[in-house]
Amino acid sequence: MTSPTVSLRSIGVRKPGSLILRSIDLELHAGSATALFGSNGSGKTTLLRVVATLLRPSTGSGSVLGAALGSAETDSVRRRIGLIGHEPALYPNLTLAENAELAASVALGRQARSEARHALEQVGLAAAADRRASSCSNGMRRRVEFARMLIIAPDLLLLDEAHVGLDPEAWGLVGHLISDVTARGGSALVVAHEEERVRPLVDHTVTLVDGALTRNHS
Amino acid sequence: MSLRRQIATLIRFELRDELRGGEVALVVLPFAVIALLTIPMAVGIDTPLLERIGPGIYWSIVMLFGVLVTQRHSSLAPAAARDMLRLSGVDPAARFAATTLATFILLLGFEVGAGLATVLLYNPSLSSWWWLAALLPLTAAGLAMIGTIGGNLVSGLQTRTSLAPLIVVPIAVPLLLGAAQATEGLRLGAGILRWVLLLAVVDTVLALAGVLTARPLEESAA
Repeated sequence: MTSPTVSLRSIGVRKPGSLILRSIDLELHAGSATALFGSNGSGKTTLLRVVATLLRPSTGSGSVLGAALGSAETDSVRRRIGLIGHEPALYPNLTLAENAELAASVALGRQARSEARHALEQVGLAAAADRRASSCSNGMRRRVEFARMLIIAPDLLLLDEAHVGLDPEAWGLVGHLISDVTARGGSALVVAHEEERVRPLVDHTVTLVDGALTRNHS
Repeated sequence: MSLRRQIATLIRFELRDELRGGEVALVVLPFAVIALLTIPMAVGIDTPLLERIGPGIYWSIVMLFGVLVTQRHSSLAPAAARDMLRLSGVDPAARFAATTLATFILLLGFEVGAGLATVLLYNPSLSSWWWLAALLPLTAAGLAMIGTIGGNLVSGLQTRTSLAPLIVVPIAVPLLLGAAQATEGLRLGAGILRWVLLLAVVDTVLALAGVLTARPLEESAA
């Protein structure tokens, strides 16, 4: 078996007055997609932020794409992580094309502009590329984030209820993103409520209840 | 991409976002001008008094309304956008420098606009206006750095929009003191070099603190 892209051991996250995650053990393997289910407040987003290296756990250890959590190495792997959260990461007064370009500029430099236009075409936003994000629907803003993922082609794709409010066509984009990452040997972790819609897209499922993983099966 | 290119790219996008939104030019600056206008209405048309207090009032307005300029990015850019930049591989020091420089440019424009209003409303008399070419940028730079550091300190907190000004304003007191005393010196025809040096020293300390704390503050943000 290949070494896991994500390996968490006894991860705990404590915030003032509460324990958000308790002794989480989780492995994501290359070429596989995992769904993370759980009710509101169960700790799904917190776990996703730990995996994204955006939140340092209070206890436990682990690695993401070979970099130990909490170490300086995480800097070098962050560009290989693609995260779509439940709040769109867009600047409201920039156009959709500029928002798509911004994320890619650091990695691609001048090439980012043409890549952004091309990616927006792929997600069906070519005609709206020059509209400001603030004047677009939530579904369109979501698609911009999908375009970003196409540009940066992450090795680890993290989706935090990224499908909420999407039309059926955009649902196809979620499936495309996941299969694209796993086909390239990467991993995907998909946070969702709607089990029946997400199950066909993933290889494994885990469930969080009150900050603890209670099920883990294929 | 080099650190310099990262900074240039971020400044370009930040300023474009702000200029299109127009928050500083269309909301903060007019509100500041109204504040400048209320003082003569409150104290009456006492020309010598207005000439004397004009520069001090101006710097107080710059400090208080400047905080709104420094914090505009925390309300414009959602937390998710900050995460996106972190995952894009943007160096925290580059983010600090870019946000500071973009804010500096906006603050400088704000200072000039509010300054013109002050001249019209208070008619202050200074022995040399050229010193303002040093005072305005030094104060804008300091305030921009304090605002960026303060914004980083409270980012991730739900109360950040109300908490940030409480952090920024007290730390900005040396800037207010330096700028106001220097302008008072210009009004009285006295030497102001020590106050200009104070501003320069405060700016240097803030620049060092900002760059050195950028990464730990970003990493500690929830």
